Amino acid sequence: MLQKSIETIGPAVSVERLIDGIIGPAADQVDREDKTPPELIARIADSRYLGAGVGVEHGGLGYDSASLGQLYEAVGGTSATILSLFTVHGMACHVLARWGTDFQKTRLLPRMLDEGNICAFALTEPDVGSDARSVACTATPTDGGFTVNGAKCWISFGQCADLIVLIARAEQGSIALIADADAPGITITPIHNMLGFRGAMLARFDFEDVFVPADRVLGRPGFGFSHIVNSALDLGRFAVGWGCVGIAQACVDLSVEYAKTRRQFDKPLIKHQLVQGMIADMVTQTKAARALCESATSLRDAKDPDAIVEVATAKYFASKTAMEVAQTAVQIHGAYGCSGDSRVERFFRDAKITEIIEGSNQMHQIIIAHQAAMGGAKAK
Amino acid sequence: MTSSITESVRDFLKDRVRGAENVSGDENLFELGLVNSLFAMQLVNFVEKEFGVVVEDDDLTIEHFQSINAIADLVARKTEAAS
Repeated sequence: MLQKSIETIGPAVSVERLIDGIIGPAADQVDREDKTPPELIARIADSRYLGAGVGVEHGGLGYDSASLGQLYEAVGGTSATILSLFTVHGMACHVLARWGTDFQKTRLLPRMLDEGNICAFALTEPDVGSDARSVACTATPTDGGFTVNGAKCWISFGQCADLIVLIARAEQGSIALIADADAPGITITPIHNMLGFRGAMLARFDFEDVFVPADRVLGRPGFGFSHIVNSALDLGRFAVGWGCVGIAQACVDLSVEYAKTRRQFDKPLIKHQLVQGMIADMVTQTKAARALCESATSLRDAKDPDAIVEVATAKYFASKTAMEVAQTAVQIHGAYGCSGDSRVERFFRDAKITEIIEGSNQMHQIIIAHQAAMGGAKAK
Repeated sequence: MTSSITESVRDFLKDRVRGAENVSGDENLFELGLVNSLFAMQLVNFVEKEFGVVVEDDDLTIEHFQSINAIADLVARKTEAAS
């Protein structure tokens, strides 16, 4: 049922062209050189898929969750680094479309959808990770807007962002602001040598008396965390969940292909029962992760209030699955699986990151357990 | 109409929050410690899906979502405005 959705609305190029012609050929180089070239970002932006989840009334492709899921799986199974571009830029587009003012929807959102401007989502700080409510970055009222001071860290595509959705602490509580990345007072420091998602152009932002005009406040002051961050993270988790299914499926496919051709003890690996056992577990785990993501997708498209926790559940399980399946894939590939020439080596490193981003798996366990404690934990 | 909206909101809470059956219409759900910020998003989704209204930026005030009666009043106002 889900397979039919993806061709309903047409973007600039087909998904196949996006994956096989644009992202795929560049994936290994992006990882090896720890850089996503601006030309590649531009080509991806021109495809219009970065705004796939935004409604057509706002200039996006209007994809439903089913189509988005397929897109994220395809991208994740090709390059987790590029998936993170879809994730963070998508989160920013999503919250602008959902909570933005008319000015923000008509003047800023088109920059992100039509003009190739990349928007980073800056929540994490050097001393604030899982305890996201405790952001230390401040937004102090001043004439015509706010003055921002503080720092953000580990921000995906921060090195090349044109806009930044940042979460700060104001008098009324948490506040979301949209800053121009080249605003005076912002220092951008690249971060390199990460374990996985290499080439995701991570950066640290330092804000020193950065002026943000009042018309750049996103949502209402005091609701920055509860609505802006939670809205954004819901999409982020959804994207990463499906991306993890993509990673896991890619590892299954690569492992089966390798096991059918690699021979030891006079027969292909696939004929050895211990290898069959490993592949059986990989297939089963991947199917289970896919089923959870499909459940979350259905609830999301039905706008069911339970979708939020279902998405968190799916992301939690799918990221664990990606890690376990990628680990087994490396095992099946042996020494070759440990080589930079092997795709499973990259998937293994990237899978680890998925257990941490968009909320660590431990935070997801807390979300799921809290929901159960509140009274609602029935599987649908 | 508001009474049927109130009952729908109360039913939604009872299905998902232990202890909600004893909450009065004006008690602050967040101060009671029964719900968290994630639930604030679930409330928005519920209101939009159940009553066909759109929760907008201007609606995001603590006062609109803090109690069963407050939520019902918001929905009633938006429903009336839409018609």
